[in-house]
Amino acid sequence: MSRVNDFAFKSGTVNGTGSASANSLLMQAIFRMGIPVTGKNIFPSNIQGLPTWYEVRVSRDGYTGRPPAIDLVVALNPSTYAQDIKSVCSGGYVVFDSSWPLDPSLLRDDVTMLGIPLGDLCREAFAGDRDRTLLRNIAYAGALTALLQIDLTVVEQMLTEKYGRKKALLESNYRAIRLGYDYARAHFTCPLPFHCEPMDRTGGAILMDGNTACALGALYAGATVGAWYPITPSTSLMETFKAFCQEYRVDPESGRNRYCILQAEDELASAGMVLGASWMGARAFTCTSGPGVSLMQEFLGYAYYAELPGVFFNVQRTGPATGLPTRTQQADLLSMAYASHGDTKHIILFPADPAECFTLTVAAFDITERFQTPVFVATDIDIGMNDWMIPRLQWDDAFVPDRGKVLDEAALAQVKKFFRYVDTDGDGVTARTLPGVGGKGAYFTRGSGHDQWGNYTEDSAAYQDLMDRIKRKFETAERALPAPVVHRRDGATIGIVMIGSPDAPVREAVDRLAAQGVAVDVMRIRSFPFAPAVREFLDQHRTVFVIEQNRDAQLRALLTVETGFPRDAMIPLIDYAGQPLTAGAIVTAMSAHLQEASV
Amino acid sequence: MTSINKPPVRHPSDRRNAIGLTKADYEGGMSTLCAGCGHDSVTAALVQAFWELDLPPHRAAKMSGIGCSSKTTGYFMRQSHGFNAVHGRMPSVTTGANAANGELTYIGISGDGDSLNIGLGQMVHAIRRNVNMLYVIENNGVYGLTKGQFSAAADLGSTSRKGEVNEQAPIDPVLLALTLGATFVARSFSGDKAQLVPILKAGLSHRGFALIDVISPCVSFNDHEGSTKSYAYVRGHEVETVATDFVPLRREITMPESHEAVTTVQMHDGSRVRLHATAPGYDPTDRETAYRHARACLDRGEVATGILFIDKAGRDLHDMNRTVDTPLAHLPFDALCPGKAALDALMARYR
Repeated sequence: MSRVNDFAFKSGTVNGTGSASANSLLMQAIFRMGIPVTGKNIFPSNIQGLPTWYEVRVSRDGYTGRPPAIDLVVALNPSTYAQDIKSVCSGGYVVFDSSWPLDPSLLRDDVTMLGIPLGDLCREAFAGDRDRTLLRNIAYAGALTALLQIDLTVVEQMLTEKYGRKKALLESNYRAIRLGYDYARAHFTCPLPFHCEPMDRTGGAILMDGNTACALGALYAGATVGAWYPITPSTSLMETFKAFCQEYRVDPESGRNRYCILQAEDELASAGMVLGASWMGARAFTCTSGPGVSLMQEFLGYAYYAELPGVFFNVQRTGPATGLPTRTQQADLLSMAYASHGDTKHIILFPADPAECFTLTVAAFDITERFQTPVFVATDIDIGMNDWMIPRLQWDDAFVPDRGKVLDEAALAQVKKFFRYVDTDGDGVTARTLPGVGGKGAYFTRGSGHDQWGNYTEDSAAYQDLMDRIKRKFETAERALPAPVVHRRDGATIGIVMIGSPDAPVREAVDRLAAQGVAVDVMRIRSFPFAPAVREFLDQHRTVFVIEQNRDAQLRALLTVETGFPRDAMIPLIDYAGQPLTAGAIVTAMSAHLQEASV
Repeated sequence: MTSINKPPVRHPSDRRNAIGLTKADYEGGMSTLCAGCGHDSVTAALVQAFWELDLPPHRAAKMSGIGCSSKTTGYFMRQSHGFNAVHGRMPSVTTGANAANGELTYIGISGDGDSLNIGLGQMVHAIRRNVNMLYVIENNGVYGLTKGQFSAAADLGSTSRKGEVNEQAPIDPVLLALTLGATFVARSFSGDKAQLVPILKAGLSHRGFALIDVISPCVSFNDHEGSTKSYAYVRGHEVETVATDFVPLRREITMPESHEAVTTVQMHDGSRVRLHATAPGYDPTDRETAYRHARACLDRGEVATGILFIDKAGRDLHDMNRTVDTPLAHLPFDALCPGKAALDALMARYR
């Protein structure tokens, strides 16, 4: 079987040494050769000195899930030699730094060891410890360029683009690439049996991470106020938003900003700032992760009851508590869905990749203003921080944002009196006004009991009326939120239900199952509360798997509570180890269950 | 009925301000606080100050947290938008609102529990950001709505109504604000409307965070002997350090400008604040003097009142963030969305 453009390699390095540059250089070069590629960064919650890995999957078929097996490992971190060498598949290769002797017990008969004296080469070529350390990574990138037949001119072109203005840096990077490249060509048979050959499958694509795509979505949706408290893995979302704003939102005449980013004292404050700004009529958002969502609970309940917009990005990480801050999970579903005390419910959107991060972020700003309630955009570290191959993002200049029911001065002139919470349209959504408007627009926003006229009340009937009307509003929302994406196959009686980032491995797993003669339908839910189509899909399948990345099958719990579909009629397929799912794991688990069921 | 809408009482003889409004136009719903509550006097002083400043009610936003004091935003300016937030979190909501639209006048009403206990973190950061707002602490040293627990403002050795002695050192908002770099720091007494009204007006005209700590006795839970926040105690221990004249932009100045110990501060909106310091050598534009004096009064069990410190040169939230003049909330979509061509071009960066 040909292994051209269908393999995976991984590097095991020490974080803070610059290996990220080398890895993204390789990945991007392969991408520019027209070959579908994806990268997963598995990094520690640390700045310098701990093990970090980067997995690159080259897939001519365009599968972007985590690689099924590792064909080549670059082992540069002595503290993880053992596990890294063990992780190579039989018949694979290990590239290691032969400047130092390798413990013979680490050798494997079924794996080819490729020793390159990267340290010695860099010590001879470069001065200064820092340079030597950083460029050792570029040198292994050079070696892989030769071994995997990556186009050297593309690699050098990319270095020119990156360091074009810093001549000395460019020279040393060129040199480092050549050190590894030439050494590999001189000492090994290049290319290896698995390698790259140019294709034309990435022309319409880009490589982008989800946090960047969410930031772009916020920029394009017209968000002006971002309030946040730094937390991994959401930090780069606001920092990228800021960078985009500095590029696109500075008034050319005055040099002043058409945005305001507030780094809050904590997540309670960032939630409060978002609500204050949204109340005032700006499009406002925050980005956070699980611990931040915990701190925002009180304001989320307030916003539900006082009916205030606001977009809340939750880039999920592994919980509970501090958990594994740099590992992925989908374990905040319940804490988002019903955040805060009392009867509450919150809209959640679930992008599956950075492309959808962009479109659903733009949608989120419309939805939050239309329904005057917080909207979560729930991603995870895999989507948020890894580079995914996605189609180029598109924008239609005819787009007009939906600002919801807002009465301005002219509209107020048409009404006899304005009452904030009177449902004149019967859809549960009432009109609001923005502070500063003249006429009779003033109203009082409060988290305490209020009636439809906006007055304080402790009256049972008035309280219940209002709570029932908010429920009606959510029923309206259910039908207006992004619909599930359903992929059907002929004759399928098995269905998979899932959300978010496992989309890529699920699609791959379903292809593999189809090749084995097992037809499986997939429904990827994109919003909560669930659309009626969700229950219909459940009813239509004899066997339903719910695939999710948390221990307690939270999505299944939500499906049961919200649709009434029996819990035990859904088979949970869970993975909560903190790593992106692989298609192999899905196929294995499903096959095992189906076999068991048929016995 | 659980809220009382006070019908506006109007009489043809009511005096009107420059924008044609009577004081009744600045009132709100009926207060549901206890009879004699200091907070109601603060509300009355606010109504007076707004009316005298000719402030259009719809151009103001009333912000508050939770507690007796926070309820009072319902009792004035019914024609203003109000935001009764969660406990201790009014500063963050106001910060966000102000970021979105800095053109409105923000009036934050808080209490000692709301600001110095649960909300201390938010208050100090709003001071650091110099959010352009009037921030009134209606300070009675006690939790009223939960019936009489000490707040962080309770003085060392003061007693609760039940005789319990407070053994924890208080947090003094004036000293705190001075150390944090606050640009307007004042203290007053709810029972001294003549002093309070000009201070409120000056605070409203200040561009930046204007902190006014108003000792406002709680008649139900903290007006007994042994309390240092009672009417009797404050009347007996008040030291008016700085007396204030507020001179609006339009009004002619009739008093002589160059009076000894008078500092005239020209406010951002063109109005002037004239400060008469009673303590010898007191300079209300010098943070160090203000701090030393406030500290010394506190140590003597005295309540230093007046505008204790003012720095009109401070940069506010919008200055620091270099925002455009048009409120962010009012910018048209095409001034915000870079459009298709820009996105198409941007895509090259991700290849």
